[in-house]
Amino acid sequence: MALRIDPDHRRFRDIVRGKIKQDLRKYISQGELIGRKGKDVVSIPLPQINVPRFHFGSKNKGGVGQGEGDVGDSLGQGDPNQDGPGKAGDQAGEHALEVELSLDELAQIMGEELQLPRIEPKGKQRIISQKDRYVGIRRAGPESLRHFRRTFHQALRRQIMTGTYNPAAPLIVPVREDRRYRSWKTTPLPQSNAVMIFIMDVSGSMGDEQKEIVRIESFWIDTWLRSQYKGLESRYIIHDAVAKEVDRDTFFKTRESGGTMISSAYKLCAKMVEDDFPPSEWNIYPFHFSDGDNWSVDDTVQCVELLKTHILPKVNLFCYGQVESPYGSGQFIKDLNEHFDGDDNLTVSEIKGKESIMDSIRQFLGKGK
Amino acid sequence: MKTVARLPSYLADIQREIEAHGRAYGLDFWEVDFEILDYKRMQEVAAFGGFPVRYPHWRFGMEFEHLSKSHIYGFSKIYEMVINNNPAYAYLLEGNSLVDQKMVIAHVLGHVDFFKNNYFFSKTDRRMIDGMANHATRVRRHMERLGIDKVESFIDSCLCLENLIDPMSPFITRHAPERTEKEKKQDETPEIPRIRAKSYMDKFINPPSYIEEQRKKIERERDKPKKHPEEPERDVLLFLLQNAPLDTWERDILEIVRDEAYYFAPQRQTKVLNEGWAAYWHSKIMTERALKASEIIDYADHNAGVLATAPGQWNPYKVGIELLRHVEERWDKGRFGREWNECQSLDERRTWDLRLGLGRRKIFEVRKLYNDVTFIDEFFTMDFCQQHKFFSFSMNERSGNYEIDSREFQKIKNKILFQLTNFGDPFILVEDANHDNRGELLLRHRHEGIDLDVEHARATLAAMGRVWRRPVNLLTVVEGKIKMLRFDGKEHTDKTL
Repeated sequence: MALRIDPDHRRFRDIVRGKIKQDLRKYISQGELIGRKGKDVVSIPLPQINVPRFHFGSKNKGGVGQGEGDVGDSLGQGDPNQDGPGKAGDQAGEHALEVELSLDELAQIMGEELQLPRIEPKGKQRIISQKDRYVGIRRAGPESLRHFRRTFHQALRRQIMTGTYNPAAPLIVPVREDRRYRSWKTTPLPQSNAVMIFIMDVSGSMGDEQKEIVRIESFWIDTWLRSQYKGLESRYIIHDAVAKEVDRDTFFKTRESGGTMISSAYKLCAKMVEDDFPPSEWNIYPFHFSDGDNWSVDDTVQCVELLKTHILPKVNLFCYGQVESPYGSGQFIKDLNEHFDGDDNLTVSEIKGKESIMDSIRQFLGKGK
Repeated sequence: MKTVARLPSYLADIQREIEAHGRAYGLDFWEVDFEILDYKRMQEVAAFGGFPVRYPHWRFGMEFEHLSKSHIYGFSKIYEMVINNNPAYAYLLEGNSLVDQKMVIAHVLGHVDFFKNNYFFSKTDRRMIDGMANHATRVRRHMERLGIDKVESFIDSCLCLENLIDPMSPFITRHAPERTEKEKKQDETPEIPRIRAKSYMDKFINPPSYIEEQRKKIERERDKPKKHPEEPERDVLLFLLQNAPLDTWERDILEIVRDEAYYFAPQRQTKVLNEGWAAYWHSKIMTERALKASEIIDYADHNAGVLATAPGQWNPYKVGIELLRHVEERWDKGRFGREWNECQSLDERRTWDLRLGLGRRKIFEVRKLYNDVTFIDEFFTMDFCQQHKFFSFSMNERSGNYEIDSREFQKIKNKILFQLTNFGDPFILVEDANHDNRGELLLRHRHEGIDLDVEHARATLAAMGRVWRRPVNLLTVVEGKIKMLRFDGKEHTDKTL
């Protein structure tokens, strides 16, 4: 039901959106939202959306209460001032406001702020899924779908018509012909599937700070892509000198020491695409994060080869994010630039620190591919 | 504008029955239109401050969001709302149990009786339902003409100043008094005092140079800019309406905000007494007349919820009803007057009962003439304070906890009075409209031991600057030092004086 307050409520939500947009850079780079994530929503603390007034500071303030206790007893937790004399009711908004926002909405806000284009999924028409909807009533069907109300309704009608209904003793007994069942219709739904393959270098030179950056950035990429595709899968690969597929948790926690062979990861990635994600049905997005140190020039050559022949032709976009580390030479990004200059399917980005996460996301997703 | 859904007949019967009980007790209320709302509509109306329609503003949406959340999480449920209007409008929550509805109806009668008879409500607009709808139309019209953002952001500024009214004057003045008489007087040239002398001696005794000097001095005095306002002004909103360089639509908005602030002021001024009065009457009507035996447990359970106090909490319903009962008992038993006050014997005091039976009359007098401050000031006695276990608390800086700091009667009472005076808001007065002879506004905070929240004070000054369109200054005390907070339209500065 439409309420009179709806426009005001919408207005408030808009202001909240505006505030979030203002502070988006902060939210994105601090990663605090990840910790506040519920199932589909995040709650965001919003300072200062209240109407300021001249009022007393909280210092020296106290109040009057009723109950047992001696002088010096603590009143326990919570702010007893909330209901001080004359206070109740007219101090709304003194406390920081927490707003719940669906991840989808958050992605929209980020999209607006970063001016991200909507992704044009490929192969939309070909991939069809089916959806069943209950749309009508039939006289036949399985008992589990019997529509009780309609059935009794029908029985009542019949009894009234036949004159067997007695209002003084309103007993209604449905017979077989009275039974009504829900019926459904199957509608084909064009759907696009997508998979994100996150790859991370976990060799010794990738420190905690670098991994935090990867964690935050992949959260936002994940959020954005989820808002663009109905069915989105994600897979995780970690590598040092060898690569292996892991679950999400392990992905962010593992730390290895040892050398780096990027090709191992690309091989695994190529195999994964080959085995599980035929490009005709899937929109594929590999994201690789590394500090740019590779074991050898030979390995780099192999990487280029793998990308050229096995990966780039099959994916929507391959993103390489190079996280700056005090130990790495940062060579790999230069190599990629050299070999793939102008290739539309490959995007690289240098992430100098948490502040550049936003820019990096823009570089990755700004093409709308 | 508003369509009144009639109560279903079983509730209308209950309303009639309870009203008859109320009248029998001497309650004197307007007609009450009850409407049944589902919880969503209830939250909407609550967000609008009890009214079915308000002017468009986001804060009502925010309030609605808070109420919906707190409903979903089970923190609160709105049982009842009532508007000070003739006829009064009140709302019942759909799906409440019958005993709850009875209790709410009885409670509402208490409020309506209070609205009608309490002195502090005597100057409020009794057609405020129409008033609010009218405000909504005016604001909407401005928004259509000037754009929502512009108007809404000006409303934001005005709302920051909303509490700068003079709540002790229910007599809202909308126009400045004529000042022409005074101005006329200023124009007359006053006599220059001369020493009496024979005419040929005059130019020696009253030398022309001296006379000229005196004349100039008087003229200088007269031409010196008069302080404006002559006396510090409590009703800052009125002062702004009369003196700020506002566009017509801005003046209209500010007037609306001020009108509504004055309309709501008595409710804030009589929270304890009004809620106490309503609670007193719903208890009385329910327990003595309206309850069926089978409903007693549910009623008692619910009533206990209304009157509950958590440690360290102040519940206006509870304080109000207890103090009213205390007053009733004292006047029933004759525990007042000189003899009572001078009686030192504890034993005698305990058994004191002159069987005067004046209690009922006394509490009706209280409901007519008192507000929270005078109610507490006059009837919050040491006996009452001890009997009901009051204490005062304050923040222990070391532990960061609130702690009971006293059970001393005078201290507790002073604290309550302080927190009720001016709604517990600081006193801010307009001191000078031509500060530094530059058309700047000077406000003064009458510091009474507690500092302002400086962050909020700055933001509020900015709002004031938006209305005044010239730099605004606030004289206050921060941590023992006299400070001048200033906002010049762009930046905030503080100066220690």
